[in-house]
Amino acid sequence: MTVITLTIDGRSVATASGATLLEAARAGGSAIPTLCHLEGLSPVAACRLCLVEIDGDSRLQPACVTAAAEGMVVRTTSPRLAELRRTVIELLFTEGNHVCAICVANGHCELQDLAVAVGMDHSRLPYRFPSRSVDLSHPLFGLDHNRCILCTRCVRVCAEVEGAHVWDVGWRGEHCRIISGLDQPWGAVDACTDCGKCVQVCPTGALFHKGDGTEEKEGHPEQLQVLVRARQQGGAP
Amino acid sequence: MSRLNVATVWLAGCSGCHMSFLDLDEWLLEFAELANVVYSPVASDTKVYPEGVDIALVEGGVANRDNLELILKVRARTRILVSFGDCAITANIPGMRNMLGGSEPVLRRAYLELADGSGALPQAPGLVPELLEQVLPVHQVVPVDVYLPGCPPSADRIRACLEPLLHGEWPVMEGAELIRFG
Ligand code: SF4
Ligand code: SF4
Ligand code: SF4
Ligand code: FES
Repeated sequence: MTVITLTIDGRSVATASGATLLEAARAGGSAIPTLCHLEGLSPVAACRLCLVEIDGDSRLQPACVTAAAEGMVVRTTSPRLAELRRTVIELLFTEGNHVCAICVANGHCELQDLAVAVGMDHSRLPYRFPSRSVDLSHPLFGLDHNRCILCTRCVRVCAEVEGAHVWDVGWRGEHCRIISGLDQPWGAVDACTDCGKCVQVCPTGALFHKGDGTEEKEGHPEQLQVLVRARQQGGAP
Repeated sequence: MSRLNVATVWLAGCSGCHMSFLDLDEWLLEFAELANVVYSPVASDTKVYPEGVDIALVEGGVANRDNLELILKVRARTRILVSFGDCAITANIPGMRNMLGGSEPVLRRAYLELADGSGALPQAPGLVPELLEQVLPVHQVVPVDVYLPGCPPSADRIRACLEPLLHGEWPVMEGAELIRFG
């Protein structure tokens, strides 16, 4: 293993070559907010929350997919990044319909956590109030598109870990939404094994167990990580 | 220091934020030492919003003509306007009608489609305030000075916001204890 050294937030960090900036920063003690990223799933750099500044690069780069390189000088916080991250979170809140008070995930929601982290006490952008649907056709689970932030964790866990590939992303722009099967009701998709992994990794209240009431849904991404690590080591979990 | 004039205002909300205000229990006695309550649905009989208000806690979104007239008056006559609770800040529960797209489909849904045959649209100009097309967060209608999120904000959260204001200081609204929605 080759070790490389770079500077993150003024600290010298040594990391294995091939590590991402996110891995290097976390090892070096810098907390970068993330949302679409989930250890155990392939990275997609969809949410842009993890953007960082790199000396000599005029563009901001997403830390979750950018490889750490020898001698790089990286900043994970700055007024510009703080402003950008808050705007990203405001965009996510105003794009859909997030009524936290009556949400299954209220109090356990990664989007809510991030709103606190970026200091969002109100949105400076207007709310869109789009008309979106709820799919309750699956016997065990539900999908509320009002609360979906299109992070694609469900798409990836189902395809990469469960191997069922029930989910996909359909349409474009403001019509973009998560679809099951060939845009069928979830309950009509035979490929679904009812495993519930998508519900476990969903960061918001979009995917939920049908029995969940307000504040009762808690995601468990760590269960996925145990499974993925066990598979990599070739043993049973 | 002279006592400040404090108002509380009820727009399109469930009154839960006001109930949470009453949960301040014995601190309300201290509050009464520091402030004159000059207008409030729970602590005053005054019907007209007065001039010269120092601090106003505004609960609820702006949903109808009455709300709109009142909030314009509140802004013009108040030094520090606090957006009080999620309905004021995000439109929250009352704002869910916005997903139906406009006031007409909302009225049709409520008074005709869900009626048991004898439905009629409410018609009483000047008595029943007309709905606005959308329920709006307060800060989309007038400038807001302080945001106090929560559905409702807990009594502790209200105190953390109000106490500094009463002492002429600006509250620092950050961290999950103070600004988490829901
Ligand atoms: S998904 Fe999260 S942010 Fe959205 S309504 Fe539910 S608790 Fe609030
Ligand atoms: S329950 Fe399992 S198989 Fe079904 S969609 Fe979710 S992750 Fe895929
Ligand atoms: S349903 Fe949940 S996991 Fe899937 S894209 Fe939407 S927010 Fe992400
Ligand atoms: S976590 Fe890197 S782009 Fe979403």
